[in-house]
Amino acid sequence: MSLLLAQVEIRDRSEDTCVSENGFCPDWIVDNFDRYVDPFFQHVLLTVVAVAVGFGIASTLAVIAYRHRWFVNPVIQVTGILYTIPSVAAFFLLLPITGRGFVTATIALVSYTLLIIFRNILTGLDNVPEETKDAGRGMGLTEQQLLWRVELPLALPEILAGLRIAVTTTVGLATLVFFAGAGGLGEEIYADIAFKSNVVVAGGLAVLLAAVLDGLILLFQRALTPWTRAVSAG
Amino acid sequence: MNDFFDAIDFIFSERDSPAGGTRVGGLGEIWELMWPHLKLSAASMVVACAIAIPLGLWLGHRGKGGFLAINASNVGRAVPSLALIAFFVAYLGVGFTNLTLALVLLAIPPILTNTYTGVRQVDRDTVDSARGMGMTGAQIVRRVELPLALPLMFGGIRTSAVNVVATATIAPLAGVVTLGDPIINVNTYGDEGRLAAAIVVALLAVATEVLLGAAQRAVTPRGLKVNRREAV
Repeated sequence: MSLLLAQVEIRDRSEDTCVSENGFCPDWIVDNFDRYVDPFFQHVLLTVVAVAVGFGIASTLAVIAYRHRWFVNPVIQVTGILYTIPSVAAFFLLLPITGRGFVTATIALVSYTLLIIFRNILTGLDNVPEETKDAGRGMGLTEQQLLWRVELPLALPEILAGLRIAVTTTVGLATLVFFAGAGGLGEEIYADIAFKSNVVVAGGLAVLLAAVLDGLILLFQRALTPWTRAVSAG
Repeated sequence: MNDFFDAIDFIFSERDSPAGGTRVGGLGEIWELMWPHLKLSAASMVVACAIAIPLGLWLGHRGKGGFLAINASNVGRAVPSLALIAFFVAYLGVGFTNLTLALVLLAIPPILTNTYTGVRQVDRDTVDSARGMGMTGAQIVRRVELPLALPLMFGGIRTSAVNVVATATIAPLAGVVTLGDPIINVNTYGDEGRLAAAIVVALLAVATEVLLGAAQRAVTPRGLKVNRREAV
């Protein structure tokens, strides 16, 4: 048995000294890139679903809190506690209730986005100038119309800034969802944490994903809020 | 619900390891795991503060390097803590010192950004009148800008500390035993040990947040409390 192991080791070494000496191996990365594709798309799916659900919940809470101020503090406190609980702990606190897998991972990730998005939407709405709202009311808009046609569009820069923070944070936290059995790039990092090539590729893909999603929202924001560019240019 | 009772029982009473050979659980063991967890977190925070606060004050005072100070947070957020730790493990090896360095890098951005922003948001008229009273640059930093920047600075320290305490949970991946050990080595501690560790880690993070929040309020100069805004 030990002879066999020794032989395998020798063969590995002769085949690729770079890998056996734990170097940074471009050849190995090219040959093994396939194994990162599925985890990468799991990572994308987890992030997009979590941020989308988080945005749905947080924006509803923010619009309610904007109209009923007493609601602000309870929401900040509850989402603040959710935000504080470490994700790894959250996965195992949820385990007895929701089991292992995608649902548990998503619930934990959603809970981290709530505070960030809620606070930004509320700040954005609060920063809408009173004169603008009065002008809208003067034109005969109902409160509902005012919200959709004046207040929310003007709050977009802050709302999307919150979304950007939520997305980059979620990409980072999603590297830990393998603890909940939900895969992602973190699983690849964890599988061979001391192998330089592996760590650089898996970690690099996560950073790249965060940067790309962040950039996409920024482009979306530029397209949606042309007036912010005019202001900064003037 | 039974799982949670078992986990709480694990915190308070010792039992045989499911893997056999050793005894696990009980307050003694929780403390044995929590102590290195606190030591690691504290060491990282002290080093991070020693770097980020002077740098943030200096950049803020000079009004230069805003791009660096502001973007440190954006870049920091985009690098997953697991990837950062894995990078240190792969390139520098496991151990307390290397892991502390990784956590320092994780902790610097929020402190740096908030200290810088805190100094920059000090009313320029206030700084000018301090200068008019004959204060030197160093005196302005120490007696005017620092006190007025303290609330925001502490907000950054709080964010970093909670993040570091949370990330110290995966320290066993870098060869440092912390409260994350029962989570990662579930065979030794059993399911109830893992859930117990999750509960203790969650409580520790919330306690860090509450304590530093109280500290943040305590260091806020009385003049700023009058029209206090929601802290960051």
